[in-house]
Amino acid sequence: MTLMSYRQAIHDTLRSEMLRDENVMLLGEEIGVFEGSYKITAGLLAEFGDKRVRDTPIAEEGFTGVAIGAAMLGLRPVVEIMTINFSLIAIDQIVNHAAKIYGMFGGQAKVPLVIRTPGGGGQQLGATHSQNIELYYAFVPGLKVVAPSTPADAKALMLAAIRDDDPVLFLENLALYNTKGEVPAHDEPAVIGKAKITREGSHLTLIGYSRMAYVAKKIADQLADSEHLDIEVIDLCSLRPLDRETIVNSVKKTHAAVMLEDDWLTYGIGAEIAATISDGAFDYLDAPVRRVAMAEVPMPYAKSLESAAMPSEHDVIQAIYQTLDAIGHRRSKTSPHD
Amino acid sequence: MPAASHREDADLTTAKRTTTSSVASTTKSTTTRSKSTPKKTKGAEATTQLDSQLLDFYREMLFIRRFEERCARSYTQALIGGYCHLNLGEEAAVVGLMSALEPTDYLFTNYREHGYAIARNIDPKAIMAELYGRVDGVSKGWGGSMHLFDLDHRLLGGYGIVGGQLPLATGAALAIDYHRQSEVVMCTMGDGTTNIGAFHESLNIAQLWKLPIVYVIINNFLGMGTTVERSSAEPHLYKRAAAYQMPSAVVDGTDAVAVLEAARVAVASARSGQPYLLEVTCHRLRGHSVVDPAKYRSAQEVEELTHFDPIQLLADQLISRQLSDAASLEALNTAVLARIEEIAAFAEASAHPDVSTLFDYTYASPVVNDSRRLPGQALFDETGAAR
Repeated sequence: MTLMSYRQAIHDTLRSEMLRDENVMLLGEEIGVFEGSYKITAGLLAEFGDKRVRDTPIAEEGFTGVAIGAAMLGLRPVVEIMTINFSLIAIDQIVNHAAKIYGMFGGQAKVPLVIRTPGGGGQQLGATHSQNIELYYAFVPGLKVVAPSTPADAKALMLAAIRDDDPVLFLENLALYNTKGEVPAHDEPAVIGKAKITREGSHLTLIGYSRMAYVAKKIADQLADSEHLDIEVIDLCSLRPLDRETIVNSVKKTHAAVMLEDDWLTYGIGAEIAATISDGAFDYLDAPVRRVAMAEVPMPYAKSLESAAMPSEHDVIQAIYQTLDAIGHRRSKTSPHD
Repeated sequence: MPAASHREDADLTTAKRTTTSSVASTTKSTTTRSKSTPKKTKGAEATTQLDSQLLDFYREMLFIRRFEERCARSYTQALIGGYCHLNLGEEAAVVGLMSALEPTDYLFTNYREHGYAIARNIDPKAIMAELYGRVDGVSKGWGGSMHLFDLDHRLLGGYGIVGGQLPLATGAALAIDYHRQSEVVMCTMGDGTTNIGAFHESLNIAQLWKLPIVYVIINNFLGMGTTVERSSAEPHLYKRAAAYQMPSAVVDGTDAVAVLEAARVAVASARSGQPYLLEVTCHRLRGHSVVDPAKYRSAQEVEELTHFDPIQLLADQLISRQLSDAASLEALNTAVLARIEEIAAFAEASAHPDVSTLFDYTYASPVVNDSRRLPGQALFDETGAAR
């Protein structure tokens, strides 16, 4: 085990996979000479050369499609789209091509492609640079969408994504890049499509992915210390396929669920989670499934407004308390957050 | 006015080929449109070879023509579903282009691709079965008319989204270059595709990275019903290559030999690491798809189309040069029609894909928690397992 940042875990995994398989190559804007907008690819051009670390023109549709075509002939490209907002320019290639090629041609061509891209707000980047639109891709059969929340998961899911024969959207998060955690030395890929229970508990199920899985774990740990609350935390890890059984089995045990998400609530990932719980654990629920999600506005620039639009730790704690109150759970003491 | 547009472009449609005299020719010289005559063949041996080639072209073009006509019939009989775009009028372009490729070269094309699949030597029975949506189809019934694919014959799709195939083809060329292999990629598109962003992005990347790819514009002067003049500020489409310092040429797509010669130049250029843009002018003899009555064409324009029918032009040439005669061509036609009927019968006899295969092609790598739920089923079964 080594303590390292989420950024370092992704960087190191890209490097080790490039050393392992010469068909693994990187494409993206400013990933080479500039070393990446968020420095994930720092040093890789110098080590591997410009054949395997390709700076592309500012042409998301073009270079994403190029990576798909190269994957059809056996390369294993890892594309960096600078932020998920810019993926909208490439969405035709991702949705109409990467996701379709294997099925549409009756299984004749595989697309072993990884698209790395960070989402996330909170950096005062305004409306067009702060979105969480992973839902657009999680909606599409043929794509796999993974969203690690820890450095260890970032490594394991990146290993799985690169070695997978399907297109995988690998969701990173700006707020997670500097977070640290223990990362195992071994190269054990994660199982794509499996959620993870990151904390066992019995009072309530708290569900999140990416940054909000990190927040969920942190708050559950805090409330265990301060309030003696026993909250179960699920990190979805994979948005497609979605591990519905892990969610439902947890709610069958705890009888209540709070979903945390950085995307908009209406039609968001949490809507699918709430519907899943309704379908699979209706008789077990003691309170409605609560969702904590971004306010329904384009993200403002001003810090006061941006902070108000994004789910805060206070919002999460309040939602937990209100749900526990609804089911008549007695807390050990009155919280100042009430 | 479509008719007027055609006349304005008369020089394009009659141009045999440009002065693509050498691969090393500069962008400036190759993008200067020329009305030069076709390259003269020298000596009796070359003439014999060319004559033999002409007859082969005629056979192949006639086969594509009759295949496409049978598709139109099967479509109106509801044996073929979805959209159905035909290569009628483009047969000379198709066979000329495909003859310039080695069997190991790759082709990416759009949704008007039945003829290309035939010219790549894919079994026409498997092509027709695909159009019928049957298990013996090239894409096992998953693709249909717009999505023909055959890895063995290196047809890497049929794509239905205008421009979608351009970045993909460019990426295939990158993979070839990455492995230092000698194949080239040919990527065909319609005239309307030159206005989509993927065209610009792909040609720019191909030239920057010197990828082994030939982009081919099949310019039939119409999008669906919108003329090139009404959609392209520079209607001489091959000139777009100048923006990327890429050599380019325009050739008369009603003349298979001229197309072959121009395509050979283009392919040789790509194989040497210099991507190339080739514009092939031709005329769509019918509507955009089988169901389009093409009311945007005037009666006069429709009448003029007969002058651009590549099969009629080649038949006239074969007879006038005494390489064949009317009776022989008619005998060939009868034989082709009989074969097409066999093909259609094969397609009709092929089985519909079994519903149990519905979830077989969502992912190439097995994945846990992949949904296999049919529309009417609840998300969880009676045991609590997710579908």
